[in-house]
Amino acid sequence: MNLTVREALLGFRRWPALSALSVTTIAFALFVVGLFALVALNLRQRLTDIEERVEIVVFLTPGTPVEVATLAISDIEAFPEVEAVKYVSEEDALNQARTELVEFQGLYSELEANPLPASFEIRLAPGFRNTATVETVAERLRGLPFADDIRYGQDWVRKLDQLRGIAGVVGLLIGAAFALASIIIIGTTIRMSVLQRAREIGIMRLVGATDGFIRRPFLLEGCVKGAMGGLLAVALNFAAFFTINRLFHVAFFSTAQGLLIVAVGILLGFLSSALSVGRHLGRV
Amino acid sequence: MIKFEKVFRAYAKSLALRDVSFHVRKGEFVFLTGHSGAGKSTVLRLVYADLLPTSGSVRVSGHRTEKLSPRDIARMRRHLGIVFQDFRLLEDRTAEENVAFALEVTGVRRTLIQPKVMRVLTQVGLAAKASQMPRELSSGEQQRVAIARALVNDPFVLLADEPTGNLDERAARGVFQLLRDINANGTAVVMATHDLDLVRMTQYRTIELQSGAVVYDSAVDEQIAEGTLP
Repeated sequence: MNLTVREALLGFRRWPALSALSVTTIAFALFVVGLFALVALNLRQRLTDIEERVEIVVFLTPGTPVEVATLAISDIEAFPEVEAVKYVSEEDALNQARTELVEFQGLYSELEANPLPASFEIRLAPGFRNTATVETVAERLRGLPFADDIRYGQDWVRKLDQLRGIAGVVGLLIGAAFALASIIIIGTTIRMSVLQRAREIGIMRLVGATDGFIRRPFLLEGCVKGAMGGLLAVALNFAAFFTINRLFHVAFFSTAQGLLIVAVGILLGFLSSALSVGRHLGRV
Repeated sequence: MIKFEKVFRAYAKSLALRDVSFHVRKGEFVFLTGHSGAGKSTVLRLVYADLLPTSGSVRVSGHRTEKLSPRDIARMRRHLGIVFQDFRLLEDRTAEENVAFALEVTGVRRTLIQPKVMRVLTQVGLAAKASQMPRELSSGEQQRVAIARALVNDPFVLLADEPTGNLDERAARGVFQLLRDINANGTAVVMATHDLDLVRMTQYRTIELQSGAVVYDSAVDEQIAEGTLP
């Protein structure tokens, strides 16, 4: 077996408790980051669900001919921000009201004329469902000569935007804080393992091993510990997801996201080992 | 081969070596003597570039150590054998594995390792104990394993820092005889010791250090006597 691999595995065999501590530390650090990522993932998904409801309604001036409205629909559908346009005629609006607002059933039978205007329900394409785009498109639609009124829930679209901004910043800050804490914790445990092998490192140097050669087993060990910690973190996150999912439906990581956690574990293990061994070699 | 020229070495608050100059030639046996703290270990550490001179120069095989890159220092050490008072063996490996370790970390092919290891273990008289752990060996035997490890890369010089310091008299004599045999085979030996009985047993060159300065070098005395001092 290659010396680098053998020395890396020897670290696990010789100091099983310390190795288990390193793996557990990485696992818990990544578990916390993963838990936060799960919250962020579900929050993001909820925001996407809400975003999908962002639409602009253009109420048409009474008496707008259907042919004019039909021509306008193809113009509006040509906007790059628009995904779909639905024409709701005056009759459709009344029928819809009858179905959806059953509590006013009595009122509908007493109507002599249909008071509801025809309208366009405009759905925006994904990526354009934000305040700025909604306002730009609404402004453009105001130019239509038959547009009587335009509604798009200005307030809640703005709040949605703010929420998205806050979630992004908080996510980034907490994620960065946890990643930094993980590097420090993992670095400390790897450093303990480096110190345990200080004698061996000293002998390696005396007999002419290069620093690169000395580093290799530690880097490999760090990567293996990181991978094990990452896998354990995914398992712990799944356990947390499984428990919460019984209470209310939540989403879990995709395979790619799960692999990303393991990859982050490997990267953290590698970086912490590189820093710890580098510091040690720089000192001795 | 090893040349110190006006070497000063300072530590944080003290001067460990002052104006040290000497030259060790190929195949020579040199004692470094002096009290504890005289600078013997500092001289050896400067040779294997564990320390660099504060001023002056240390040349090993013609290369100034302060000009070598870390990689070059590692490569240079492959041609030096280093032995310490405390043996510095890996406790969880057999004698054979300890010796092999020196070859493995320098990337020697695996097929070549076993014969080389057995050759040096035979040379130090420990072939029969190759599979024993350091704790199963006597102090003298552990030092022999350390010497075998130092020899396995065929060094041109063996640097020994108080190699007999932890041994009883009999073991010390045995290890010293081993070093003499190694020297007789052409490897230079620089041995730091304060065991003057060992020094007096032979006619080897002696460099005495006192408070970091060379106060006596028998080679210089000989040159004076012969009228060959440059």
